[in-house]
Amino acid sequence: MKGNEALAEAAIRAGCKCFFGYPITPQTELSEYLSKQMPKRGGVFLQAESEVAAINMVLGAGATGTRVMTSSSSPGVSLKSEGISYIAGSDVPCLIVNVERGGPGLGSIQPSQQDYWQATKGLGHGDFRLIILAPNSVQEVVNLVVRAFDLGEKYRVPVMLLSDGLLGQMMEPVEFPEISAEGADNSGWAAVGTKMQREHHIVNSLYIEANDLEEQVRKRYERYAVIEENESEGESYLCDDADIVITAFGATSRIAKSAVNKARAEGIKAGLFRPITLWPFPKKQLLDATKQAKAVLSVEMNMGQMIDDVKLALDCKIPVSFYGRTGGVIPSPNEVLEEIRKLNGGIK
Amino acid sequence: MAVKFQRPHALCDVRLHYCAGCTHGIIHRLVAEVIDEMGIEGDTVGVCPVGCSVFAYNYFGCDMIEAPHGRAPAVATGVKRARPDLNVFTYQGDGDLAAIGTAETVHAATRGENIAVIFVNNGTYGMTGGQMAPTTLPGQVTTTSPYGRDPRKAGYPIHVCEMLSTLDGTALAVRTAVDTVPHIRETKKMIRKAFENQQKGNGFSIVEVLSTCPSNWGLTPKESIKRLQEECIPYYPLGVYKDVNMEEANADKLAMGGAAK
Amino acid sequence: MAKMNVIFDRCKGCELCTTACPKGIVAIQHEKRNKEGVFTAYCTDDDACIGCAMCAMMCPDCAIVIES
Repeated sequence: MKGNEALAEAAIRAGCKCFFGYPITPQTELSEYLSKQMPKRGGVFLQAESEVAAINMVLGAGATGTRVMTSSSSPGVSLKSEGISYIAGSDVPCLIVNVERGGPGLGSIQPSQQDYWQATKGLGHGDFRLIILAPNSVQEVVNLVVRAFDLGEKYRVPVMLLSDGLLGQMMEPVEFPEISAEGADNSGWAAVGTKMQREHHIVNSLYIEANDLEEQVRKRYERYAVIEENESEGESYLCDDADIVITAFGATSRIAKSAVNKARAEGIKAGLFRPITLWPFPKKQLLDATKQAKAVLSVEMNMGQMIDDVKLALDCKIPVSFYGRTGGVIPSPNEVLEEIRKLNGGIK
Repeated sequence: MAVKFQRPHALCDVRLHYCAGCTHGIIHRLVAEVIDEMGIEGDTVGVCPVGCSVFAYNYFGCDMIEAPHGRAPAVATGVKRARPDLNVFTYQGDGDLAAIGTAETVHAATRGENIAVIFVNNGTYGMTGGQMAPTTLPGQVTTTSPYGRDPRKAGYPIHVCEMLSTLDGTALAVRTAVDTVPHIRETKKMIRKAFENQQKGNGFSIVEVLSTCPSNWGLTPKESIKRLQEECIPYYPLGVYKDVNMEEANADKLAMGGAAK
Repeated sequence: MAKMNVIFDRCKGCELCTTACPKGIVAIQHEKRNKEGVFTAYCTDDDACIGCAMCAMMCPDCAIVIES
């Protein structure tokens, strides 16, 4: 299946009942698939008048405790940032998909990872976080969509799945796991009518007294700390004896893996560390993966964004360099291999 | 003696934060009275705007959601689509509904969303201190039109009901006022109609209520009512701009297809 | 005989009720301020009150309860 379609199918199987979106390349197949399937399978598909409206529809549906999602691509996600901030401030769970493309501005429609900063640090105004999941195969897209809904409800946070034009358009075989789409018990906070049985629920991000707002934000950060402790995830490949560890996420990690294999064939001890959760960033796992490393190379489809988190995690104890292509250009394994060779020469 | 008139149940027993004589309180009460009389408090979700009525979530006894500025119709759409069994209303001011939220308003209307929109038009941004609103009258002095609104530069006021009544998804578009008891009674009747339309699945209903803002108009509450009558109502005529059975009114378009096969 | 009861601390003294009374028997008293510091509305002639509730309908603060 195509990555975008597999994502959509996984969402339905995970119990997503509502989709609100706006057309944009390269996430198109996702919304087209849902427009066909949702009405047949008891769900709601609605094409909104704008990304701004779509994310606010997500807020409304999510506020009722319904599993809900939206998808877009980079410029559209910028438009959604207002609503995402409100959703985070109102503790409403939902899934937001970004099938990244080139930027800034209208940029290009080619694959990119230029929204790492936006996703992990700047998705709207205020102190808040989203859980950011970064799959690197169509199968993992499916698995992480299911996990995204569960995590969102467990911690009452919005979750973003960061895909890109490569993963979205890629065709791979995929198996759908058995899913029990029970969902969490949202009856303690959701706006579904009091039935005259309880005090009214208010889904809200406004706290006009500074001390009240601080308390709300602090409580949210206590949850974030639990998420950092329990949900950080990364994958190591040939890192145990590696002199050079590449860090890469999403589709780029597959290119980097080819380069690592080529380097190993030349006798260079290279390894790959792939963060699966971009927030929380898997710091401990990265430290484990770089125990033997003399150099770290961050490979990204941008001008160097995740490298900041890699450096922070390593606390400047290992030199970290960068290789990336941007604007929608995809780096080749040989380009990455050349960087590995240079680093290998440097550490000898 | 029996109690003949008191605060409706759906309006919480708290002091409203509005300025003395602000007619928001009357409109809140009318919405709550309709909710009481229809017996739907337990199955209603309200969506608040940003503006003076931002704290309305503290005042209505039903479940409430606070929307970003202007986005209440989109939030209400999300609620209603996810849970069609709920009664959903938005409560919005003129800056919220007719400036920053114009797109959300127009498209919720054209989709015929089954929601009730209570639109409070007092021609000013009250919460931020009396700036020019999309419905500020020509010549009206505000803090951002200090020489009076000049339509040549600042544009013309928007007639919301007239505009929305051109859309096929709009079932009810009506403009009322709360300057007198008869007008207050009429407003309540129309709010009830908006909620009933929703229960019938009759599409988008908007009740525009001409309202006052004594603090930012720089008038006493009584003088504000007088201005409402002498300046605002003549500019924004009261009345029913549209009141249809949406399915019947659009039978030709609906016959063109699109039903799920 | 009907009775207009003003919830003393809820009244903001806006005077809108005084414009609504068909009998002209609602006024603002100038003897005692409530906790918000305002002089409140009252019925000047309980015997003349017909309990029409027009004052209460005009009140933005649900500060008037009518008994009859």
